[in-house]
Amino acid sequence: MKDILIMIILSGLVLFAVISVMIRSLVKAAIALAIASAFLAVMIFILGAWIAAVIELSVCAGMITVVFISSISLTIPLSKEEVAVEAKQRMSRFIYLPFILVLTLAAAIILWNSRLINFDFISALKGTQVNLDFSAQGSAIWDKRSIDILGQVIVLLSGAFGVVVLFKERNQK
Amino acid sequence: MQALFIIIPLLAVLILNLPFRKSYRRIAFYLAIVVTFFQIAMTLTSGFMLWINITDLFKFNFITQLSIDLFTLVVLFTIGLIAFVSLMVCRFSYKKDPFNFINLILIAMMGMNGIVMTRDIFTLYVFLEITAAASFILIAMDKGIEAFEGALKYLILSAVATIFILTAIALTYFSIQSLNFGDIGSYLKGLNGRYPPNITAAVILFLTGLSIKAGVVPFHGWLPDAYMSAPAPVSVFLAGIVTKVAGVYTLMRLTGEVFNNIPFISSVLMAFGALSIVIGALAAIGQSDFKRILAYSSISQIGYIILAAGIGTPLAFAGALIHFFNHASFKSLLFVNSAAVELQTGIRDINKLGGLAGRMPVTGGTSIVGFFSTMGMPPLAGFWSKLIIIVAAWASGYYIYSIIALLASVLTLAYFLILQRKVFFGKIAEGLENIKEANFGLSFPAILLAAISVLLGLVFPFIIYYFQANWLLKLVL
Repeated sequence: MKDILIMIILSGLVLFAVISVMIRSLVKAAIALAIASAFLAVMIFILGAWIAAVIELSVCAGMITVVFISSISLTIPLSKEEVAVEAKQRMSRFIYLPFILVLTLAAAIILWNSRLINFDFISALKGTQVNLDFSAQGSAIWDKRSIDILGQVIVLLSGAFGVVVLFKERNQK
Repeated sequence: MQALFIIIPLLAVLILNLPFRKSYRRIAFYLAIVVTFFQIAMTLTSGFMLWINITDLFKFNFITQLSIDLFTLVVLFTIGLIAFVSLMVCRFSYKKDPFNFINLILIAMMGMNGIVMTRDIFTLYVFLEITAAASFILIAMDKGIEAFEGALKYLILSAVATIFILTAIALTYFSIQSLNFGDIGSYLKGLNGRYPPNITAAVILFLTGLSIKAGVVPFHGWLPDAYMSAPAPVSVFLAGIVTKVAGVYTLMRLTGEVFNNIPFISSVLMAFGALSIVIGALAAIGQSDFKRILAYSSISQIGYIILAAGIGTPLAFAGALIHFFNHASFKSLLFVNSAAVELQTGIRDINKLGGLAGRMPVTGGTSIVGFFSTMGMPPLAGFWSKLIIIVAAWASGYYIYSIIALLASVLTLAYFLILQRKVFFGKIAEGLENIKEANFGLSFPAILLAAISVLLGLVFPFIIYYFQANWLLKLVL
């Protein structure tokens, strides 16, 4: 059952990641990316790192989507004529995608069978249990990785500052 | 004490952005200058011994996760110095409100200070991202097409570098179960040359990602556009210190402390270094934009540092460290000169300039010091670091690399002579007859950096003795 759940989540992650790259509408691409991040957050939660899952959900699926949509709001949409011309050329860019997918799958199968790269961590997933000992995880992060928490706060500060610097003056205009 | 290098700039940013901050805009520049002076003073004097006692009162958990050695001290000093110069250039030449620039400089300082003090590869990645985020915004601050193009190129290539570095961290942690430099180095040493594919892949990804950050050939595509399109004070900051800390320092630290037993890294770094030296110099010869010439010159000079890091002997590493500081000072000097010329004339095309030395004697005179130091002319500072690198290469048996490093100085002379001839000498260009010298904010940093190049070159033998003196090392460390 857990294997099926993991396969569904991983499939959803890959599917929405591909959609975010291929879809024409920028807003829909941003939303697809947010959904892909949400699937990733669920995967991280199943692997037992619930704090990382919360950060993935809030920052990547939340704040990043806000930043993307804010920047998209500053763009000028194409006219109908420009859309028609662009639509004809657009799909030709993805003509090589099936070949790349086949090559990647073939490479993955060859690597898996040759054991050239150690994939043991996948079988380790089967024994994973969600650890809900919040105090132990929080203590582990604060005591051993506290500098990373400070760094994450500074990253968020610089991201917020960037939005203010790049967007605020435009609104005032 | 180490934590103060991150906490002080953070406090400054928080103070400047409190509610009702309009009144703080007036003091923003002075507060930022105080922060840079603090950093310079802490790294130069033994006064920080006092701070250790004070900070004992504050039990910050992350103090133990940061450490400072002599290499870190030199880089921290350089960060403080170049940040000070950039702030001066911004205050006296940037036509828009410098408040945002000041905040971003302080955030970038936090990021770079964290990079040089950490001994953990994930923490290193976090602070790399802080520096990168601040840099993107700084490049795009002017909001022109050129600025966005430069920022976008930097953003995309930096994102690729980030993916490589994160993947490498994941592979490393999966294999070694530790992120500490010392643990990883010990593990690699224990493998005795039998590296599993996971580790080989991790090392290659690290090298590639950090080479992109450093702007080393063949990953240098973003660098000239980013330097050229950024506002003048941002170019000073980027070229002077950001690229060097984010890419070059990290490569040097990981090569010296973590990957020092892997032979192929040495060969790859030396090849990248030699390529950067030659291609950077050749590309600079064909340029007509003042800042673009300096950008390609930066690629060439960074190549010397990477070459020395690849050689890996103590002498080579000393040369790399000294050239790291020298390049920060003389490249910042040259970008300050270009900012002065651009401010006074509004022109960056060297074919439209000429005869400025008579009208801008301080800028012209200090540019000569910067050019000669870049070229490696004695008795300036650049001579000593290049000499050490060339001697280290020859002494280690890398004769071809030594000859390349030596002959590339001729190429450096070529493009700088072209630049000097076209910008500062010859007949004054039409329309520039009434040009005056740049203001104090640009002249003072230029004189300061030129004085550093001259004085460091003159007292260099005494400085070597100074750093070798055991009593001083004990005091500093």
